[in-house]
Amino acid sequence: MWVELLLLVLVVLVAVVIARLGDLFAAAMLTGIFSLLCAGLYTIMDAVDVAFTEAAVGAGITTVLFLGALGMTSTAERQQRFRWRPLLVVVLTGGALMWGTSDMPAFGDPAAPIHHHVEPEYLEGAASDIHVANVVTAVLASYRGYDTLGEVTVVFTAAVGVMLLLGRAAGGAARHWRRGADRSLGVSEGAAEPGELRDAPMLMREKPVLRVSVRLLIPFILLFALYVQAHGDFGPGGGFQAGVIFAAGLILFGLIFDPQAVARVFPPAVAETLIAVGVLLYGGTGVATLLLGGKFLDYDEFGLASGQHYGILAVELGVGIAVAATMVRLYFAFSALHPEDVVEPQ
Amino acid sequence: MFLMALLAIGASMLLLLTRAALGPTVFDRLVAVNNFGTNTVLLIAVSGFYTGRPDWLDLALVYTLVNFTGTIAVCRWSRFGHLSFARPAGTAGGAAQDGRR
Amino acid sequence: MIGWLLDAASWLLLAFGSLFCLVGSLGVLRFPDFYTRCHAAGITDTFGAVLILAGLALQGGFSQGVTLKLALVCGFLLLSSPVASHALVKAAHAHGVLVPQPVPDRVSEYPKSETAGDHRSQER
Repeated sequence: MWVELLLLVLVVLVAVVIARLGDLFAAAMLTGIFSLLCAGLYTIMDAVDVAFTEAAVGAGITTVLFLGALGMTSTAERQQRFRWRPLLVVVLTGGALMWGTSDMPAFGDPAAPIHHHVEPEYLEGAASDIHVANVVTAVLASYRGYDTLGEVTVVFTAAVGVMLLLGRAAGGAARHWRRGADRSLGVSEGAAEPGELRDAPMLMREKPVLRVSVRLLIPFILLFALYVQAHGDFGPGGGFQAGVIFAAGLILFGLIFDPQAVARVFPPAVAETLIAVGVLLYGGTGVATLLLGGKFLDYDEFGLASGQHYGILAVELGVGIAVAATMVRLYFAFSALHPEDVVEPQ
Repeated sequence: MFLMALLAIGASMLLLLTRAALGPTVFDRLVAVNNFGTNTVLLIAVSGFYTGRPDWLDLALVYTLVNFTGTIAVCRWSRFGHLSFARPAGTAGGAAQDGRR
Repeated sequence: MIGWLLDAASWLLLAFGSLFCLVGSLGVLRFPDFYTRCHAAGITDTFGAVLILAGLALQGGFSQGVTLKLALVCGFLLLSSPVASHALVKAAHAHGVLVPQPVPDRVSEYPKSETAGDHRSQER
């Protein structure tokens, strides 16, 4: 219990520091630490699947996206005057919430209502009806599969929102990137237009250590993502985590070799299509069960022996594809925008 | 014996946090944070064994990757000031090159 | 007998690993300059991690999943952690963090009688 208390105190401390810092770069780094502390809390509370996702997304991907956003804007926070009306609203709402939660049962109390209705059914049914060892996956993908369909749609909506806000210049500029790629790759290692490259610091892709080590690591990262995707039935894992790890591998490649290297392999248009394909796969599984005569997302229609497994597999695959494509598309959106890099099509 | 290792790693994390808070330049803080990440991986591995659940090793593996990606992202950002593709001429990215402290 | 031996070896490895982790972090806190702190950080990355993970591998028995995953974590750490430090040092150097100049050796300023018998005094 003391460890939890310590972590909670640290979380509050870090949150206050983030809010008060004027240097946004340090704040971005601290949000990574914040996510890590939260992941620690979840691990201690035995929620390993959530801790997995929180560590991967919060400490990795969002740090990259924050830095991309800082690169597009500026690192100094605009000073705001103190306003008392928002403070009043926050204090009132917070106070109401704290008063409302004082009626809730104690944390972990076995007599609490949530432990008596569906929970025993889920805990027993995960083994007997669904034949899946990881209860979290059973609940997520089968018992509450419809909620998870909503979550995947939320991921899709986030991607659409980013594309609307940041414009499709990033996506449409893929063609321009290829031209830009030729332009910047034309200045190859050592070959100098006189005076241009001699004094400039080495680009990241020209450093042998980084290049070789990243090239060695990326295949294993992608393979690990597939492992996590498939292993979700038996241990911590599943579609969300696998998608994030897959995207992290590609983003790592893009950080060293420039985003256009990633765009050549995984163009933004393909990423956009795959986001939709992921959601369609999920919904399509539900429609398939409807067409087979059952209810929406009732996997028993796929065959009584292992129908649940097939259903969960298909559904998690949809989630993984959607999440991976979303993360990569977000990376493109946050890292591509310098107007002078977009060559006008002639 | 796991408890001893846990305490030692926890103490080293506190030391690193102090350096991250103090470090005069931003790169000191980055070294401390990167090392904090490595210590976190070791902490997860050891506490997985301490609580009898070795499948926390997946979490350790993911956090290694995440730490690496974060550090490389910060290096790239502090060099160029942005994450888009790097132009060879050294004038790009003025935002980060004004003597960050 | 073998079990006791493995246990003792694992305990020893864990103890040394934690020691190196502590030493490394103490170095990061106490060293005077950025580049020296990077040296200290490297100790944790390599020695500390490898010893602790080896100790855990001996502890976990040779069940395939656990040892393989520990080996993977170890390999990944060995590959990625020094590369990250390398990237940081390169970035810092390119950014202009100064390498401190060495402190000059002041032995030549000492009076002769103190260095009598020292082979260096013959070179004066």
